[in-house]
Amino acid sequence: MESNKGPHGGPGTTIRYAPWPRPADSPPGATGSPVTLRVNDAPVEAEVDHRTTLLDLLRERLALTGSKKGCDHGQCGACTVLVDGRRVNSCLVLAVALDGCDVVTVEGLARTEDADGDLHPLQRAFLERDAFQCGYCTPGQLCSAVGMLAEAQSGQPSVVTDPDLATDGPVPLTDDEIRERMSGNLCRCGAYPHILEAVQDVVS
Amino acid sequence: MKPVSYLRASSVEEAASAHGGRTEARYLGGGTNLVDLMKLGVERPEVLVDITRLPLDGVREQPDGSVRVGATVRNSDLAAHPLVRERYPVVSQAVLSGASGQLRNMATTGGNLLQRTRCAYFQDLAKACNKRVPGSGCAAVVGVNHDHAVLGHSPHCVATNPSDLCVALAAVDAVVELAGPGGGRTVPVTEFHRLPGDHPELDTVIRPGELITGVLLPPLPRGAVSHYRKVRERASYAFALASVAAVLQLEGGEIRHAAVAFGGLAHRPWRARRTETALLGTRPSQESVARAVEAELAEAVPLRDNAYKVSLARDLATQVLGSLSTTA
Ligand SMILES: Cc1cc2nc3c(=O)[nH]c(=O)nc-3n(C[C@H](O)[C@H](O)[C@H](O)COP(=O)(O)OP(=O)(O)OC[C@H]3O[C@@H](n4cnc5c(N)ncnc54)[C@H](O)[C@@H]3O)c2cc1C
Ligand code: SF4
Ligand code: FES
Ligand code: FES
Repeated sequence: MESNKGPHGGPGTTIRYAPWPRPADSPPGATGSPVTLRVNDAPVEAEVDHRTTLLDLLRERLALTGSKKGCDHGQCGACTVLVDGRRVNSCLVLAVALDGCDVVTVEGLARTEDADGDLHPLQRAFLERDAFQCGYCTPGQLCSAVGMLAEAQSGQPSVVTDPDLATDGPVPLTDDEIRERMSGNLCRCGAYPHILEAVQDVVS
Repeated sequence: MKPVSYLRASSVEEAASAHGGRTEARYLGGGTNLVDLMKLGVERPEVLVDITRLPLDGVREQPDGSVRVGATVRNSDLAAHPLVRERYPVVSQAVLSGASGQLRNMATTGGNLLQRTRCAYFQDLAKACNKRVPGSGCAAVVGVNHDHAVLGHSPHCVATNPSDLCVALAAVDAVVELAGPGGGRTVPVTEFHRLPGDHPELDTVIRPGELITGVLLPPLPRGAVSHYRKVRERASYAFALASVAAVLQLEGGEIRHAAVAFGGLAHRPWRARRTETALLGTRPSQESVARAVEAELAEAVPLRDNAYKVSLARDLATQVLGSLSTTA
């Protein structure tokens, strides 16, 4: 299970490591360190205070304000991004811990392999299905759905998956599966029915 | 938050010596609990030792048939691993019924075992809390204690352990592996978490600077069936009000092995030993299962707001044991 994985493991489809050497760890006692990342396919080198979360690095330093801060405590999913292809809450990850990782935010979805360079199929489906109202949760919903589709494709179960399902194939995404797997993304506008339809459009 | 130093450890020895058992040092796993508590000011570390790149991320079968889960295995990888899904469905189900897909991708096995209580007063610096500040009192004893313990609490703390995974680990008699300044040791999960007693500031028996390196899942009895069920205030992405993990093995219609653990009811996963004893050797019927469950829950001492937990846990355990005994 360790093969072909970044520090965050993951199905492995979008793993790409920064091609330059890692800087040495900061001297003992320092409260900031240099980090090198790829963000939406672009190399990023930054000196970060160790307390900086990935979300704050993206929004405050890299001007990537697509990822939203809803709760800042892992409770809403508005900050969801992909790290080494896996969806995570960027408000609870320290940027310094991601040295060498590959980050994709909503701004980069259109440039991932499933997209046409203009929009990711999920973004198109969200538009077609009118899967938002205020749009605040949408970037997180989109990144979460991209990660979720890869998880189901790679055979990861959810709590509503039939326990007898073979462990070596993809998990079919019923409406219940999508609801459960997307439960980490709250929508205060209650756009859930249309979000479900949009995700289901991309599944089928 | 206080300024904090950071070291990315590449070996267990390096991690342990960087931590050194200092009160201001913390190991950093997925950060989903630690970073959260740092933002709240509940945790104020000055040294972070990142352990996520240690070579502890494997799930492997051991020569004796047990399965070893490394401490940095992410919760989602643990739940999805074929060895865990096939042999320990209760563990996989428990993990998957906790948190969200994103959080499970981040959270580690070791961090899950050491996550702190979700008691709202513990997280609120303005409130008295013996767990956060020993000797300051307990706001929950007289406050809103809807979510708190009904078993094993003390006048000093009525908090519950929030983990789903740990309830399942208790039911399969998993063993925690630790590395520390004094060498390695192992502790059964059922003895790893403490009851609050006079020292609610101590959640577990872990010693200063000790690192969890892994968890051992011993083989279940042949033909055993297992299940985890959790009740929460919404359908998903919420902590347990009450939950139950159960492992049953029947032979010729008689119960040969029974392990039952409750979550959400106590300061630690609560093994229902009285229920287990009452079940062993019996041919389960609806009445005998209900009596066995009652034997444990008769010990419950609910607080002002949480008497509902006793009947909820009774119904949950009766249902889970009933349906397991028809499939076993
Ligand atoms: C919104 C939300 C909802 C949640 N819902 C649930 C739920 O329903 N059910 C559930 O069970 N959990 C739930 N969780 C909690 C989650 O499961 C835990 O936060 C997670 O398991 C902690 O793992 P981590 O690796 O992120 O730990 P960290 O936050 O990195 O660490 C937690 C603690 O453990 C210590 N530590 C970490 N690893 C080790 C190690 N190997 N050795 C020694 N010390 C170590 C750290 O120093 C720290 O004190 C939820 C969390 C959030 C934020
Ligand atoms: S129940 Fe425990 S954690 Fe909650 S306020 Fe009381 S002492 Fe603190
Ligand atoms: S802002 Fe990260 S989960 Fe709410
Ligand atoms: S569209 Fe407004 S919060 Fe989801």
